Amino acid sequence: MAITRAQVEHVARLAHLALTEEELDRFGEQLGAILEAVSKVSELDLGDVEPTSHPLDLVNVWREDEPQPSLPREEALANAPATEGGFFKVPPAIGPEPDL
Amino acid sequence: MSDVDTLRLTAEEAIGLLERGDVSARELWEAYRAAIDERDGELHCYLSLADEPEGDGVPIALKDVITTKGIETTAGSKILKGYVPVFDSTVAARVKDAKLPLLGKTNLDEFAMGSSTENSAFGPTHNPWDPTRVPGGSGGGSAAAVAAGLAPWALGSDTGGSIKQPASLCGIVGLRPTYGTVSRYGIVALASSLDQVGPTTKTVRDCALLYRVIAGRDPLDSTTADVPPVELPQADDLKGLRIGVPKELNEAEGIEPGVKEASDRTIELCRELGAEVGETTLPRSVDYGLACYYLIQPAEASSNLARYDGVRYGLRVGNGSYHAMVERTRDEGFGDEPKRRIMLGAYALSAGYYEAFYGQAQKVRTVIAEEHRKAFEGFDVLVSPTSPTVAFELGAKTQNPLAMYLSDLLTIPSNMAGLPGLSIPCGLSEGLPVGFQLVGPQFAENTLFRVGHALEQALSFDYVPERLK
Repeated sequence: MAITRAQVEHVARLAHLALTEEELDRFGEQLGAILEAVSKVSELDLGDVEPTSHPLDLVNVWREDEPQPSLPREEALANAPATEGGFFKVPPAIGPEPDL
Repeated sequence: MSDVDTLRLTAEEAIGLLERGDVSARELWEAYRAAIDERDGELHCYLSLADEPEGDGVPIALKDVITTKGIETTAGSKILKGYVPVFDSTVAARVKDAKLPLLGKTNLDEFAMGSSTENSAFGPTHNPWDPTRVPGGSGGGSAAAVAAGLAPWALGSDTGGSIKQPASLCGIVGLRPTYGTVSRYGIVALASSLDQVGPTTKTVRDCALLYRVIAGRDPLDSTTADVPPVELPQADDLKGLRIGVPKELNEAEGIEPGVKEASDRTIELCRELGAEVGETTLPRSVDYGLACYYLIQPAEASSNLARYDGVRYGLRVGNGSYHAMVERTRDEGFGDEPKRRIMLGAYALSAGYYEAFYGQAQKVRTVIAEEHRKAFEGFDVLVSPTSPTVAFELGAKTQNPLAMYLSDLLTIPSNMAGLPGLSIPCGLSEGLPVGFQLVGPQFAENTLFRVGHALEQALSFDYVPERLK
């Protein structure tokens, strides 16, 4: 199963990865081979089978909705690459969004 | 002090030494530190070392996906280099409560993605039996550290085989517990419906002792369950136990003859020890398990790894616009394997492909769980080799991701079903250890310990690597 260059670029955008030309070539080839191998699942006719998303038969686990202590602000910010005035600081996010 | 032989000492024996006052906890910790100073330059099991022992128990090493407050936790990735957590994972807290002093954080494939530890951003770990070979992965650092006497015991995490397979390749014991028995709170996530923390040890009894420390329901992880009390195995026979030999797991293509031989001898030994042994079948679990796993796991990984965006922690690269910063951070911060899996997962989850790939894989997962359930109607434990091969040479599979993925062919099916699996060393092939996998129904860890312990007594495998004697 081949994956086209355009599909590789599309998936890289979805995954927020700015790949180099060399990476797009190499990963395109490897993804093609892996997709061919995993496509094996489509050999099985499983129309009536329920999907499994989780291995245990657990039902919802509830707790009282009570305030609990959380991380102090300075600790929550301790590993941030940039902060200002007690907030995470990021470069400007307003503007044209990348094409998905 | 010099009489502590870290290569041979089990954790249980170390507990005895401490209880009798033959050594102090500090002396014990320092003996392992001396072994690390002597041998870790060659093996590279550790990414970071603790400065001082804290706690009066037997020291321990933790795989570097286990969040430790105040101690760098990298998950083997450049994107988390320098990240110093402000909280403890539940397992790290339990280890602290048990007063087990930390030796250090061990090496792994980046974000636990790999079967050789060669995907670590900080360089590979080497196998103590032959340093030109891999220790397995992703938890190669923990397994090699225990095998080389650089830690009496260690914790790893297992998604597709990352505890069992390295244990197999390094000649030690590894338990992947039932999904939900050990808290995932504070474990750097790979695939949340599969990840499970477990012990890596020299003996099955050590494994049970450490599992007892970490297992149990955790309010901070709502996928945890109540766990039956852990029993230390005593019996040296297998009377009354029914051992199933799934044909597909034992005759899979790619199992090396020497591995098959050692595993078959161990199956025969089960019979000699009084077990009822019979053939069984998992018709589709092995044939379709790998494909199922390499859709579900990358899909969950692509979602889990979305958090590395250069905002709250870790690397940030570029400062033009927010979107450009996120993309550049992720391109420079992630190595090849995370990029491959993130893209594979994003593709399997994307519009137009979701049903055919991810949806279909979830149905295959149901089939795998049902096949195992059926096999356990006739048997208490299912057995096979853990890894199709012994430790392979560094570089042998790095250019071919699919060949690397096949390392987990035999560990993946039971993982998909959330079942516990124990790997014990069962012999040597070409001078390298072979692992024997025992799989039980959910929450049957005590049965696995019992069978593993009885076999261990009968096999008398010497876990000290020949070249280090």
